[in-house]
Amino acid sequence: MTPLLHAQGLVKHFPFRDSLGRARGAVRAVDGVSLSVPQGRVLAIVGESGCGKSTLGRLLLRLIEPDAGQLRFNGEDVLALPPAALRARRREMQLIFQDPFASLDPRMTVEAAITEPLILHKLHRGRERTRVAELLERVGLRPELARRWPHEFSGGQRQRIAIARALASEPRLIIGDEPVSALDVSVQAQVVNLLGDLIRDLGLTFVLISHDLGVVRQIADEVAVMYLGQIVEQAPAEALFHHPRHPYTRALLAAVPGQGGTLKLLEGDVPSPVSPPPGCRFHTRCPFAEARCHSEVPLLSGQTHLAACHLQESLPSPTPIREGAADARLARLQAYFTEHTT
Amino acid sequence: MNALDVEGLCIDFHTERGTLRAVDRLSFSVAPGRTLAIVGESGCGKSATALAILGLLAENAETSGRISLAGQALTPQAQRAARGRELAMIFQEPMTSLNPAFTAGEQVAEALRLHEGLNPRDAMQRAIAMLERVRIPEAARRAKQYPHQLSGGMRQRVMIAIALACKPKLLIADEPTTALDVTVQAQILALLDELKRETGTAVVLITHDLGVVRDHADEVVVMYAGRVAERAPTAQLFNQPEHPYTIGLLGAAPRLDSRRARLASIEGTVPDLRNPPPGCRFAPRCPFALAACEALPALAELAPGHWVACHRAPLDAVIAA
Ligand SMILES: Nc1ncnc2c1ncn2[C@@H]1O[C@H](COP(=O)(O)OP(=O)(O)O)[C@@H](O)[C@H]1O
Ligand code: SF4
Ligand SMILES: [Mg+2]
Repeated sequence: MTPLLHAQGLVKHFPFRDSLGRARGAVRAVDGVSLSVPQGRVLAIVGESGCGKSTLGRLLLRLIEPDAGQLRFNGEDVLALPPAALRARRREMQLIFQDPFASLDPRMTVEAAITEPLILHKLHRGRERTRVAELLERVGLRPELARRWPHEFSGGQRQRIAIARALASEPRLIIGDEPVSALDVSVQAQVVNLLGDLIRDLGLTFVLISHDLGVVRQIADEVAVMYLGQIVEQAPAEALFHHPRHPYTRALLAAVPGQGGTLKLLEGDVPSPVSPPPGCRFHTRCPFAEARCHSEVPLLSGQTHLAACHLQESLPSPTPIREGAADARLARLQAYFTEHTT
Repeated sequence: MNALDVEGLCIDFHTERGTLRAVDRLSFSVAPGRTLAIVGESGCGKSATALAILGLLAENAETSGRISLAGQALTPQAQRAARGRELAMIFQEPMTSLNPAFTAGEQVAEALRLHEGLNPRDAMQRAIAMLERVRIPEAARRAKQYPHQLSGGMRQRVMIAIALACKPKLLIADEPTTALDVTVQAQILALLDELKRETGTAVVLITHDLGVVRDHADEVVVMYAGRVAERAPTAQLFNQPEHPYTIGLLGAAPRLDSRRARLASIEGTVPDLRNPPPGCRFAPRCPFALAACEALPALAELAPGHWVACHRAPLDAVIAA
């Protein structure tokens, strides 16, 4: 079956100049990324700041033009689409940002914000108001709130409104760039649950861009880990969390706090994406690096579990995740929070 | 003797739309070399508490209660004298606390000069040693760089070097790693633990992340809407949480080892502190609430050192019913 979204060898460099206007180099934000997302699945793209995940998200929607590579949506060559056809396709691909203020116009009521895509795409003509009410209920907000302004809402409510607006155009694909990262834990849980419900009930295809491995674990079917503009590991979520192959993935998992603090820490900072290290880009921080890691570029290889590491077959077993034991008492008490709510 | 004692701290903010009580009768102590975490969501009063201890609250704040540093009551004058000496702090965004016009080395040296009366050359020597100690690679070269030339993780290391240059009795760290990536966060928190062990500094660690609490705190205060919901030694809090809010927070965090069917979601939002609910402030969102919860629950000691403000605690009776 053709995947809904398919990218091959995407590259995006941002050149920069000095004060005299001479080209001084380029930030290699995305440097050869290939991925596929089947219809109805959730792919998470994880990595630390500056690894290129937001740039990749914008490339996948063709909000910016790649320097090289291919992009297919539902089998169609997106990069070959003329502007008018691209605009029509945009109805089917929506973006949700970390900051819902970025997608909500402060001068528009909630109703106006959600009606806009309905009018633009000529959806539910003549019954727009009813549709807005349906969408608000769908995201857990009371329809009476339609007359209010964005500033009257809390962060979590605003993110629900942004989701309702994204759903209004009846997309097949949604890309969420850190959609819950700005929210407090309890509100984040509400929105994560909502996203999970929507993905399941509407059969959405979702690309989740996140630095938060917990949120990724809760939503994603498949996970791609990025480092300095490239995917270093990609696997089904279960395999990635329990059998990480790439040393960087292992370090990321081990660094998640709450596991006991006896882990081996990564040294140093991420190198500059202007001049990434030769060979394996991770070799400057990798505790396992050997001579060839300094010069030979490792290819992303494997069947369903891919990793780009020369030593992936010979590394010691990864340290298991150490969460507190699932506790029966706590589970029973927490059930009050899931059962007594809608 | 405790490094810090906070007794019955109340903080009111006077605003155009009325007065709100941001912190209500907060008490805790921290012994030398120990870390106490204050955890809770935005607006629960964590930073106001930090600023009250430091004497840096805004003009419109009014406080009551007692704050003592190593047994000495902290008056505003004492706070001014102690800040940057016995009393040090690091914040979420080091860029706003560092001076952009001075190099990293100069800023650490300045702290050493003030504290130890060193001459400029000796102070710079010691500053470089401090930068090495907080594991800044190529410390001598980095010492000559300005804050904007350093990564977020390195800036936070410089802040820690400045804070520790004065051998403080108490370090207040307000979300020190929230703006950092996880691998850098792990490095910074490990560094703080190590320095604390060496110097015996007491740490108040303010965070919204229960994972950070679990790994780095000896004792925890869980705050909700300005009040203590629960206070306990860290292991006790995670093994036997008693306050419904703590239980909701623990359940709202995803797990890494398996996907949860659903995250526990605490419905609704935090109350408006200008017009808080009567009695238990968590009652409107609490699935355990009864009519009795319209009265203020007292903070009661359920087990040694384990304090809970909830009419229904201990909750084992609730499960058994
Ligand atoms: N428009 C731009 N011009 C120049 N550099 C950019 C631009 N957008 C992103 N970058 C740079 O590209 C790199 C990757 O950025 P980004 O995709 O935003 O990563 P992430 O979302 O993982 O933080 C960063 O170094 C960033 O500064
Ligand atoms: S006192 Fe009542 S409302 Fe407050 S936390 Fe306990 S059960 Fe819930
Ligand atoms: Mg980003």
